[in-house]
Amino acid sequence: MQQQALKSPQSMHFLLERYRASKVARSTAFLPAVGLFVVVACMIALNSRFLSFGNLENVARQVSINAIISVGMTFAILTGGIDLSVGAVMALAGTITAGLLVSGLNAGLAIIAGLGVGALFGAGNGLCIARLGMPPIIVTLASMSIARGLGLIYTNGYPISGLPDWFAFIGRGKILGIQTPILIMLVVYALAYLLLQRMPIGRYIYAIGGNEDAVRLSGIDSRKYKIIVYLIGGFTAALAGVVLSSRLMSGQPNAGVGFELDAIAAVVLGGTSISGGRGSIIGTLIGAMLLGVLNNGLNLLEVSPYVQNVIKGAIILLAIFISRQRGTASAR
Amino acid sequence: MTETSQTSPEPLLKLEGISKSFPGVRALRDVSLSLERGEIHALLGENGAGKSTIIKIMGGIQSQDEGQIFLNGKECHFSSYRDAISAGIGIVFQEFSLIPELDAVDNIFLGREMRNALGFSRKNEMTRIAQGIFERLGVKTRFDVPVARLSVAEQQFVEIAKALSLDVQVLILDEPTATLTPTEAELLFNVMRQLRDQGIGIFFVSHHLEEIFEICDRITVLRDGAHVGVLKTADCTMDHLVEKMVGRKIESTFPPKPALQTAERILEAENIRFASNGHPNSFYLRKGEILGFAGLVGSGRTETALALIGALPCPGKRVRIEGREVSMGNPAQALHHGIGILPESRKTEGLILGFSIRDNISINNLPQYTRPIGTIDTAREKRKTQELMSAVHIKAPSDETTVVSLSGGNQQKVVIARWLNRRSKILIFDEPTRGIDVGAKAEIYTLMRNLTAEGYAIIMISSELPEVVGMCDRVAVFSHGVITAVLEGDAISSEEVMRHATASVKKSAVDALSA
Ligand SMILES: Nc1ncnc2c1ncn2[C@@H]1O[C@H](COP(=O)(O)OP(=O)(O)OP(=O)(O)O)[C@@H](O)[C@H]1O
Ligand SMILES: [Mg+2]
Repeated sequence: MQQQALKSPQSMHFLLERYRASKVARSTAFLPAVGLFVVVACMIALNSRFLSFGNLENVARQVSINAIISVGMTFAILTGGIDLSVGAVMALAGTITAGLLVSGLNAGLAIIAGLGVGALFGAGNGLCIARLGMPPIIVTLASMSIARGLGLIYTNGYPISGLPDWFAFIGRGKILGIQTPILIMLVVYALAYLLLQRMPIGRYIYAIGGNEDAVRLSGIDSRKYKIIVYLIGGFTAALAGVVLSSRLMSGQPNAGVGFELDAIAAVVLGGTSISGGRGSIIGTLIGAMLLGVLNNGLNLLEVSPYVQNVIKGAIILLAIFISRQRGTASAR
Repeated sequence: MTETSQTSPEPLLKLEGISKSFPGVRALRDVSLSLERGEIHALLGENGAGKSTIIKIMGGIQSQDEGQIFLNGKECHFSSYRDAISAGIGIVFQEFSLIPELDAVDNIFLGREMRNALGFSRKNEMTRIAQGIFERLGVKTRFDVPVARLSVAEQQFVEIAKALSLDVQVLILDEPTATLTPTEAELLFNVMRQLRDQGIGIFFVSHHLEEIFEICDRITVLRDGAHVGVLKTADCTMDHLVEKMVGRKIESTFPPKPALQTAERILEAENIRFASNGHPNSFYLRKGEILGFAGLVGSGRTETALALIGALPCPGKRVRIEGREVSMGNPAQALHHGIGILPESRKTEGLILGFSIRDNISINNLPQYTRPIGTIDTAREKRKTQELMSAVHIKAPSDETTVVSLSGGNQQKVVIARWLNRRSKILIFDEPTRGIDVGAKAEIYTLMRNLTAEGYAIIMISSELPEVVGMCDRVAVFSHGVITAVLEGDAISSEEVMRHATASVKKSAVDALSA
């Protein structure tokens, strides 16, 4: 009986639909996880050095900066927007923190100032987008230019060096045997997960991406939440800037050019829909790791950086193609 | 079309043993239908009975799990709507399929643009044809603006014109009149009769039984995805039909109107206008009453409600709630003061389509489930959602079902459930029973009365006169953006409402008032 049911094409079809509707398969992070698994398996097969603890730790540390920026990008994209200013804001916050440290300001204050500037930039983006109804892509393109310019003005275009030694702890140090940047990254993701999956604000963010009019008419101040979203984007970019300054032990006004693209790539590879409403923060972490593993592996294999670009682009296209095939099932 | 239509014994379109399942739902089981040439055939059934599903199967949009389709006696397999069109089947879908940014002509000819030898689009020619169709319908619309700027009724006519522009032998209309006033529906019926007389077969879906009695020759009744009978319209009565459709007798549609307990005004609104030069309307709402906003489509009822809650700008308005003056700059503030709205267009303003029933119902209730540490207690949320789902009888496999897969009526109930949970003191129901079957309608009416009995106050915007007359304690009648009369008690009758709704508003009077 059971056997026969399985054989008929209709019930096969039905089982397939059932599978598609099941929780695991519906999760947008499912395919990215499979992708990461495949890529890691390939790298292990192709290069024995890949699996060493040192190398894996290296990958995680390299990934951390992009991964932290991608948190804010995930928030923006989930609401159906985008934040192109993250790379420039990261550089600005990094140089401001570095500059204030060199000028002898209290360490805590210097870092808070850097993060504050980032959050301020984000809030500015959010105000323009939510209150004035300007399109996110234009607003953040403009603020990208402004942030980059301010960073160059502040530093006169030269890197700021001579940071106090202890500052290296944030970018290079270890806590309980784990590298600090990796730890910071994990904490940021844990908080973002809590916000998005466990708290009302997360629901609102998804819902705004799903249908903003419906959210507004059900009496939720969608504009407030959009401002918060871009504020978070500015804040995480600034945090990445502080980490980067510490790792390089200098404030680089030209750092992070093109980082917004890497962040978008991580978000999209992580299964988040570019039109909003669908996706997950876990997916983004997976997406960022996928990019990192790919970079690292291709380097180990001594593939030319030019070819690497082509491969990366092709993989992003493939990821979008696959995610489009999965229809409109809603999931997180 | 077919030359031999009179002699051929085969029905025009025949469906045999159609079954279709979705995960967790058997939408159709072993349904057979037949449509003759020159026949208007109603598909009748409750929300979720499977009407739209069988229509999508006829149009090649979904494929059946089992069963066959015969057109003129020949079996056909449609793998897309295009296939169905080229076989001569045209459909007006229940859910709009227009591209909002395109104008009416481009929408009508989408994918079938007429081009000249050089490949340029022959817009003038297409416009001429489109105008011809609209003339035949007797409807006026604008061809030079994106359809998003047209009224819902006009959009519906564009949708109808799109199907009429095809060379069809079978025309299928899925709830085309849900967004039309009776007068507008009449225009559509005239064209349907013309087409029938030309030998075209028409399937027609509507939850308005009067309409079905008016124009249909035969009626097929579906219940829970199964075929329960096919009847000649001439041979049956309304009660009989309802019983067949619902499976039980429906006692009376409208619950009795209880006497008002108090004259206390829960809401007083002054100077409500939705255009900067519009007429400033004032009205009040008493505790426990249902105030109707009646009038023709486009008479400014929805806009007045939106201006009240701050979804449309309205400088100079004054709103008092329970005697206290409040500011209401946006819907969030309105919600804070206890006013909720059930929007007119559930798809674009009410629901987040890709999300689950639970997400949609609890979207504005989350603080209620939030633990002191700020996280959502999903178990409680789930329990409450399931309670609400059964309170309004939402038919769905679970609270995780995405609302996009629900039938139209069930989608509407999801929006209602959202506000039930919110327990706002004042609710604005904008066309609450549009597209809802008779059984569910009665349930929603009872629900509204239960709410008023608990002291809630309701503003109901409705284009259905029987509903206005049967449910409202008072009725504000709108004409061209002006409240022309407020009727109360025995003064509420279809005739009175219509008289004031069509009253011409003296331009000078409006200017004088708004000055
Ligand atoms: N794509 C889908 N996925 C899952 N379930 C579906 C899908 N489409 C329809 N259903 C289910 O199939 C059943 C029949 O739906 P259908 O839309 O045909 O009802 P209907 O008779 O047109 O109702 P209404 O009068 O409300 O429009 C419903 O239970 C609905 O939830
Ligand atoms: Mg339907």
